[in-house]
Amino acid sequence: MHIMEGYLPAAHAAGWWAVSLPFMAAGVRSLRRIVAEHPSTRALLGTSCAFVFLLSALKLPSVTGSCSHPTGTGLGAILFGPPVMAVLGPIVLLFQAILLAHGGLTTLGANAFSMAIVGPWVAYALFRGLQRLGASFSVCVFTATSLGDLMTYVCTSAQLALAFPDAISGFAGAFAKFLVIFAVTQIPIALAEGLVTVILLNALKSYNQAELRGLNVLPKGGSTP
Amino acid sequence: MKTTLLLIAIVLLVTLPLVIHRSGSGAERFGGADSQAQAEVNRLAPGYKPWFQPLWNPPSGEIATLLFSLQAALGAGVICYYLGYLHGRRRKD
Repeated sequence: MHIMEGYLPAAHAAGWWAVSLPFMAAGVRSLRRIVAEHPSTRALLGTSCAFVFLLSALKLPSVTGSCSHPTGTGLGAILFGPPVMAVLGPIVLLFQAILLAHGGLTTLGANAFSMAIVGPWVAYALFRGLQRLGASFSVCVFTATSLGDLMTYVCTSAQLALAFPDAISGFAGAFAKFLVIFAVTQIPIALAEGLVTVILLNALKSYNQAELRGLNVLPKGGSTP
Repeated sequence: MKTTLLLIAIVLLVTLPLVIHRSGSGAERFGGADSQAQAEVNRLAPGYKPWFQPLWNPPSGEIATLLFSLQAALGAGVICYYLGYLHGRRRKD
């Protein structure tokens, strides 16, 4: 989902920065509040950021015969709420833009919007929604993080189609082309991300019930299903 | 048990594409989706010139691999340190 450096027209690049910056500012506030209210969760915050580092470095083969990488942003969104991911995600994007020429500084606003805002919010909304419907913890985590990952790539496709509409079929035609490249490729990778996140969160749950209850990831009081 | 099944499913998800596309030719097999998108942009807007270049490019594929490995190692290191810490804490209790 990394839109390469310079590959969005200046107006689009600036526009996506303008959209993402308020989310990043809200993320900083949310991060401060979490650290102040739950100082013991700092290691868990670091782990959420590390998960994005790990997963977004892994370019995995897909059924389409091309490679793409998971995002890892669903874990932190479930644990801490989506706002913090607008800070943790861009740290990784910055690392890759500066050291790896992967993604870019001009396109960081757009890439942050897809990976660190849309993905986490989708994951969080699905997790909470499914939890309310009474789905098991693993099902909630798997569905939320897989679809959050996938929606990041749908978002990237839309961003590119907005910038480069097809001469004949317009936005819809270009969107379809980018969806084939990004979203279809992403399906098995998104499923894998969902499964990895289930394994990690189940481990965290078995070791760290109290902390997850404190963060409202698990319902307060009572036993877990 | 459940974790083992999940791990097997992950391995299958990642290795099946390699089996499906085991034949076929060309250097483009399992190329990155990001660069395919870049090529699609060039088809949709042939006149488009990127207006900004990366400040630094890894000088070779090997160096890029090194940096990607470093990124993954940093992530895995922190996660495993934390899991180890939790494990040790529970055993002490």
